[in-house]
Amino acid sequence: MSWFRKKSRDEGGDGVVVHRKVALVGNPNVGKSVLFNALTGAYVTVSNYPGTSVEVSRGSARLGDEIFEICDTPGMYALLPITEEERVAREILLTEAPDLVVHVLDARNLERMLAMTLQLMEADLPVILVVNIMDEAERMGLVIDIPLLRERLGIPVIGAATARNRGVTEIKEAIGSYDGGRRIPFCYGRRMEQDIAAVAGELKGSYRLSAKALALLLLQRDEEVELLVRKTEGEGAGALESLVKEKIFLRRESFHLDLSLERKDIVHDLLEGVIRLPDKRRETFASRLSRLTVRPLTGVPILFVVLYFGLYQFVGKFGAGTLVDLIETQLFEARFNPWIITVSQRFIPWETIRELFVGEYGVITLGVRYAVGIILPIVATFFIFFSLLEDSGYFPRLALLVDRLFKKIGLTGRAVIPIVLGFGCDTMATMVTRTLETVRERIIATLLLALAIPCSAQLGVILALLSKAPGALPVWSVSLLLIFIFIGFLAARVLPGETPLFYMELPPMRLPQFRNVLTKTYTRMQWYFMEILPLFILASVLLWLGKITGFFVTLIGWMTPVMASIGLPKETAVAFIFGFFRRDYGAAGLYDLQAKGLMSPRQLTVAAVTLTLFVPCIAQFLIMKKERGTSVAVAIGVFVSLFAYGSGWFLNEFLLVTGLLS
Amino acid sequence: MKLSEKAEEILEALWVAVEEKGRGYLDIDSVGIPADDPSYAELTEKSFIEVKNGCVYLRPEGKSEGRQTIRRHRLAERLMMDILNIRGEDGDRKACQFEHLLNEGVDAKVCTMLNHPTTCPHGKEIPKGDCCIEAERQGDMGVVPLTELKSNQEGEIAYIQTGDSKKMQKLMAMGVLPGNRILLMQTFPSYIFRVGFSEFAIDTQMAREIFVRR
Repeated sequence: MSWFRKKSRDEGGDGVVVHRKVALVGNPNVGKSVLFNALTGAYVTVSNYPGTSVEVSRGSARLGDEIFEICDTPGMYALLPITEEERVAREILLTEAPDLVVHVLDARNLERMLAMTLQLMEADLPVILVVNIMDEAERMGLVIDIPLLRERLGIPVIGAATARNRGVTEIKEAIGSYDGGRRIPFCYGRRMEQDIAAVAGELKGSYRLSAKALALLLLQRDEEVELLVRKTEGEGAGALESLVKEKIFLRRESFHLDLSLERKDIVHDLLEGVIRLPDKRRETFASRLSRLTVRPLTGVPILFVVLYFGLYQFVGKFGAGTLVDLIETQLFEARFNPWIITVSQRFIPWETIRELFVGEYGVITLGVRYAVGIILPIVATFFIFFSLLEDSGYFPRLALLVDRLFKKIGLTGRAVIPIVLGFGCDTMATMVTRTLETVRERIIATLLLALAIPCSAQLGVILALLSKAPGALPVWSVSLLLIFIFIGFLAARVLPGETPLFYMELPPMRLPQFRNVLTKTYTRMQWYFMEILPLFILASVLLWLGKITGFFVTLIGWMTPVMASIGLPKETAVAFIFGFFRRDYGAAGLYDLQAKGLMSPRQLTVAAVTLTLFVPCIAQFLIMKKERGTSVAVAIGVFVSLFAYGSGWFLNEFLLVTGLLS
Repeated sequence: MKLSEKAEEILEALWVAVEEKGRGYLDIDSVGIPADDPSYAELTEKSFIEVKNGCVYLRPEGKSEGRQTIRRHRLAERLMMDILNIRGEDGDRKACQFEHLLNEGVDAKVCTMLNHPTTCPHGKEIPKGDCCIEAERQGDMGVVPLTELKSNQEGEIAYIQTGDSKKMQKLMAMGVLPGNRILLMQTFPSYIFRVGFSEFAIDTQMAREIFVRR
């Protein structure tokens, strides 16, 4: 989740110094982003969840006298990309020609991850190897001989624990003083080398990567490299392609496997004597806890405890209750608003202009009050909760726990992150859906987020609202749950394609670091606030315009029959118009109506359900458009609006007939 | 001397009735082969069965042969389903034809290839052959999908069988490579296993494609 980042300056144009480029690469969840932060001082969200850096973060670092441009890439397992993130990462190596590649890997999995170092070296990329997370490896009893590994590979190798700031200075020095090293070549078996040489010999053009690496990628049917080679080779491409096809056909049985096994053997030999395993695997508290969270018998109760204390008590009771009461009621309503109204009465003589700032829909009295007084405390508490969970490594465990259930609605366990994040901010969550594997899964997740997942701001307001009408909360929750399941179930059947397979690496559970959680919460808050405040102000201005021009009254007039058809008083139209800007804004509008005692429990529930399902906020719609394309976004928007109205009507009729809540 | 196909069918039906259902005899009308068929005489001659008052009895001498025939029948069914992917009635019919070829050591080979299955596709027990007993004595459980392991059982990855090469690459990149030790930690709701110092979660479908030697 690295869209919160400092803007990098684009240098390299005329008359500007071109800085040397350093690319950080490595498997997901090995600490690339932590290293990036340590090098640049910029902040990238770091989490204990594989695959969180979707975008490439760039920053600059001063090491010695020189300024380097550092770029943090999404996690990749091998030079041959499979997922979207890996493609992005590889693209950087293929086209950007970094002057240095820092391969970060996890000391505990040195044997597995070193295969990629070999691939990078084989591609003739200038590589520095960072053996990270040494602290946890040592705690497990692993002993790694870094100098010996350096000698064997012939490249700079640094043992580090970047999260503990260990080894960062050495890494900086190694980057600053990199001289190419004297890398030790390694080779595959005779037959493999022959095939590689045959293909590599036909490559005449000049490339960023070595002919050997390209030949191997061609033999593994890497489409992008095929395209690149076809473009570069021109005339000779035809002959080369038929040669590659011939080789692929000859080795069709098991090329990937052969290659992986050869690499495994090379790594095995390289590590002979470098790594010493503990005699007995040490059972840590973290691994015991981890086991409890993944067993259904203990995992499900743990999930409920987490949700109860995290969401209900902390976000709901403390954030939406105590904090909102403190800021909104005590600070704004009781002190700030009266004060600002008095002040403006003194300085702004024109009634209409005064209305704009401190009137019923005033920018300050309504826009800022909603944003700061109601939404901010709720969202802040949610993000603290979410960051804690994220850093502890709980999410991958939750993902495997719910995978079976999620498969029923066309998603895999992987989707648990966007869905849970959706309870914080649907807009952010919609962005994160891009980490899902297939387009189908992304569309289903986007739809469910748009429709049935209330964001924390909305959730907070609605919880507060409905808790005053007994029975309303259960009806609301059950309605939304049913709709979530129903639509997910339906979407899984209607949309063509299959649900992808689920696989996920489980990072070890860690105690979240207080500072990390705070910084993360802070950057998220910042992003969120920048996103919503302008919208709130815009909404206030538009509402004010609507009011002074009389259009507002007309609009409410138009909407009254619609409202009436689902049993709501015409005043709720205002809340729904608010809701167009942000759903929580609308819900906050209901709050005001309820405070005035204008609504019965039935009306309140129907309004809350309809509004929760209703059109996502403008920001979410824009992100949907950006991520899924205009046609999908519009289709989801129209469907959601109609479905929300339909559900409202149905619920109202249902409540009227059964006499529930009356 | 090899029995005729019809004789094998009679013996099978009789063995199931006596050994599995606990009956004393089988009514000749329910065998499905007319009473005047020469295969009855063939079996009587070998003193495998005895026909008395329209009822067929299994003689102790016929028990072992009956066991072998039913074993061949059920192995043939497994072969149809597991390897040749022929299911349903079609599979049953083909299995009936195929079973008669599974003698003179062919059954042991098929049984080993199928990794000594213990039940037929209909859930009935497959009587153990010498090959099964030998394998069991040596503790050689052969190569099984990860789904066959129990929690906390360890094995060595033998091969990955998947039609999807991308998936195989992904698995291999995660360290699931033939020759690596694998420890299955949990099987529900998802499969969790450990290779080296990393833990992974996968769904049942993927677990079926990883084959492990215990």
